[in-house]
Amino acid sequence: MSPQTTPWIGAAAARVDGPVKVTGTAIYTGDVALPELAHAVLVQSTIAKGRITDMDIAAAETAPGVLAVCTSDGSLGIGRVASYYSADNGPMGDGRTPLSDAVIHHHGQHIAMVVAQTLEEAVAGAERIRTRYRHQSPLVRIEDAIPQTPPGREDIVRGDLTTGLAVADVTVEAYYETPPQHMNPMEPCTTTAHWVGDRLTVYDSTQYVSGVRDALASAFGVPPANVRVLSGFVGGGFGSKGTVWPHVLLAAAAARLVDRPVRLALTRPQMFTSCGTRPATRQRIVLGAHRDGRLTAIGHDGTSATSPGENVVESTGGLTSILYACPNVTIRQRIVRLDMQAPTFQRAPGRAPGSFALESALDELAHELRMDPVELRLRNHADADPSSGRPWSGKHLRECYRVGAERFGWDPADRTPGTRREGDVLIGTGMASATHEMDPGPAAAYAELRVDGTAVIGVASHDIGTGTYTVLGQIAADVLGLPPERIIVRLGDTDLPEAPPSIGSQTVAYVGPAIRRACEAVRDDLLAAAVADPESPLYRREIGAIEFGPRTYVAELARIGEPSVSAVGHHHPDANSRYAVHSFGAHFAEVAVDALTGTVRVRRMVGAFDVGRVINPRTARSQLLGGMTFGLAQALMEATVIDPRRGHVVEPHLAGYHLPVNADIGTLDVLFVGEPDPHISDLGARGAGEIGVVGAAAAIANAVFHATGVRVRTLPITPDRVVAGSAVGG
Amino acid sequence: MKVTFTVNGRPTEADDVWEGESLLYVLRERVGLPGSKNACEQGECGSCTVYLDGDPVCSCLVAAGQVQDREVGTVEGLAQGDTLDPVQQAFVDAGAVQCGFCTPGLLVQTHDLLNRAHHPSDAEIREALSGNLCRCTGYEKIMDAVRLAAARKADARDAAPTGLEG
Repeated sequence: MSPQTTPWIGAAAARVDGPVKVTGTAIYTGDVALPELAHAVLVQSTIAKGRITDMDIAAAETAPGVLAVCTSDGSLGIGRVASYYSADNGPMGDGRTPLSDAVIHHHGQHIAMVVAQTLEEAVAGAERIRTRYRHQSPLVRIEDAIPQTPPGREDIVRGDLTTGLAVADVTVEAYYETPPQHMNPMEPCTTTAHWVGDRLTVYDSTQYVSGVRDALASAFGVPPANVRVLSGFVGGGFGSKGTVWPHVLLAAAAARLVDRPVRLALTRPQMFTSCGTRPATRQRIVLGAHRDGRLTAIGHDGTSATSPGENVVESTGGLTSILYACPNVTIRQRIVRLDMQAPTFQRAPGRAPGSFALESALDELAHELRMDPVELRLRNHADADPSSGRPWSGKHLRECYRVGAERFGWDPADRTPGTRREGDVLIGTGMASATHEMDPGPAAAYAELRVDGTAVIGVASHDIGTGTYTVLGQIAADVLGLPPERIIVRLGDTDLPEAPPSIGSQTVAYVGPAIRRACEAVRDDLLAAAVADPESPLYRREIGAIEFGPRTYVAELARIGEPSVSAVGHHHPDANSRYAVHSFGAHFAEVAVDALTGTVRVRRMVGAFDVGRVINPRTARSQLLGGMTFGLAQALMEATVIDPRRGHVVEPHLAGYHLPVNADIGTLDVLFVGEPDPHISDLGARGAGEIGVVGAAAAIANAVFHATGVRVRTLPITPDRVVAGSAVGG
Repeated sequence: MKVTFTVNGRPTEADDVWEGESLLYVLRERVGLPGSKNACEQGECGSCTVYLDGDPVCSCLVAAGQVQDREVGTVEGLAQGDTLDPVQQAFVDAGAVQCGFCTPGLLVQTHDLLNRAHHPSDAEIREALSGNLCRCTGYEKIMDAVRLAAARKADARDAAPTGLEG
């Protein structure tokens, strides 16, 4: 089949799910209406470590409408599910079975569940439970714990760091701190479960329907084929819905217990202790460089917090191993065990905090060298992947710097800190590099051509707000020669062919090609049968020369008397690719810092990105703008405050956990710099979901330094930290 | 208690309402209008914004009993049949919708803004919408959508026959 060019790839198509979302008719998990629906509410531990010694549930059991009260006695019969992070590689985010014993591992651990006729009755019942504990002092602060090497994780060592520092003309060493962050998607995690006999149907707000299915099958001892998981619309995830958390199992257990459909929605406060966190990190960076800026040494030590039972590593040094050419590199990753719930991957895991440290340190080096930070990065550009020696599948990072700087109006001569003042505010500019890889997950997809001239494509992937419905439809339109409005896209259903989780910037990059394979298969099967059939007007035509489209399909299907034909396609990313596959980018930021109060405002940002082929610039641009805003929030606002003595989240709600609102944002601009990547797939698209976050915080921190001369190495950059830096002279 | 009120112009009754129930709960669980979303339950995020007698309110903070004999307008009532309101159409056209969970509240808030201010400045838009959290879009496309809706409504006003009623 000769490649045909269609207008659908690269079209800034409007979202196909837009109309249902603006009319309030898109059905999310919490909107699913089922007859006899009951509601489950979770009771959570008010201590961070210890044991439950007594729980009085009598008043709850007799409360109006209450159907069942479950305590931590293991009687729900939930079987063990392998931890996501263990060698078993199961889908669970938390290795322990919920409500199985009286041991408290973290504040906010689920300790009881009340099921009632209505949500309000379940809440009222839950409030009647009285719990007594035997307290132990929790370990809460990273500084109080002893760093350990994560099991199975070796240090990354290239060359010799000591030698590299010895030959350097200039060295920089600095420590950086990042706080825990919570994903806080607008939709709280919600599960609705319904058993009929030994068959279970679950509506779940998840980034991984197949993982939820496998976990439920394992937990309840039924074949995976007996479990159907649906997730048609997901109100954002950012990692919090990427694994299977205890409440999902509890919802299914509750439904089995009361023999009715049950909905369990986490409350916003519960979202802070029930579905993971980006853990706190402490990082040390040491850089050595020649006077001309060429790096001789990079050392990056990262320590991140994890729970007592799970070996979750926030890999802050991951991007350090690939971003710059440097002969002597040592990256060490350590974990400390704190009394907290298992952390998990939040959007741009490892790279978001890691890039803050690395790209801040690069800026510190540029300042020491009196060199333009863009020039410093150009002089250390990695022409091949330094970690493996492999060529890049595609890399236009130099153009990102150039095009971004041009659009931003970057002035390489203006690098002296604290020199620009406009009235009461100090103005500064900063920049940083960005990179992100894609998790290479294998995917299968389904395509069907129908006699009415429409097509259906389906895959057990998800639209978590990213635009998957729209973009996969465009990819199918391109192959089938049908306009996208004739293509029905089905997602979020385990009855569809299996796809990887919607994490790790992989959906368009790797599910997209599976859609292509399925569409090619169904199209070519139909055409091949036609050219071989003497009855067909296409008999003996060369397939590649046929102008196919709706009329061809409708005519052939009508002629053979079939309502539809279908095919399944597969895409397996090449695990042994000779290319290293990463997206790249550059951020430029301008800040205004109040000279008196230290308040930082980002006036404008420009991000230039190379994400390979852009299938839909409208949805991709929105992904990147949202990513940059995520980075802005990381830089200036977001921090989960944990009480150092009692181990609880101090303000677990959206009043206390600061997210940017519209008035916090200046002008953001996104530029696409790349071109189709010939080596990732024949679609040529790489990931765009996370890279917008990477480096954004560093660009802002570097701009704050340029504005004020104050180097803030602890996130978020709150006014007190800017002012404190001023007091000690920066 | 029984609560009698009007939703999107339709007389509505909810029976056996517990005094502690919110308007949001009544809309979602009793009236069958799940468009308004429950995302924070404390009036911080704006996802549950509805009109109450013409004023935008966080329906999670309004007790159900307070709406007795009053008029409520939700996202489900913005469109005229199959024709989207200009604000809804602009959110679709500008790409201001991502996951969609904050969208219903943003639409009502924007609808209200453009009823009050025909040509809002960017600063006015950002201020007016600062009670509505969005975690996906980064707000730029929402700004585009509000500007687009304002421009289209202005065009529609210019095109409409005027002066006949004095």
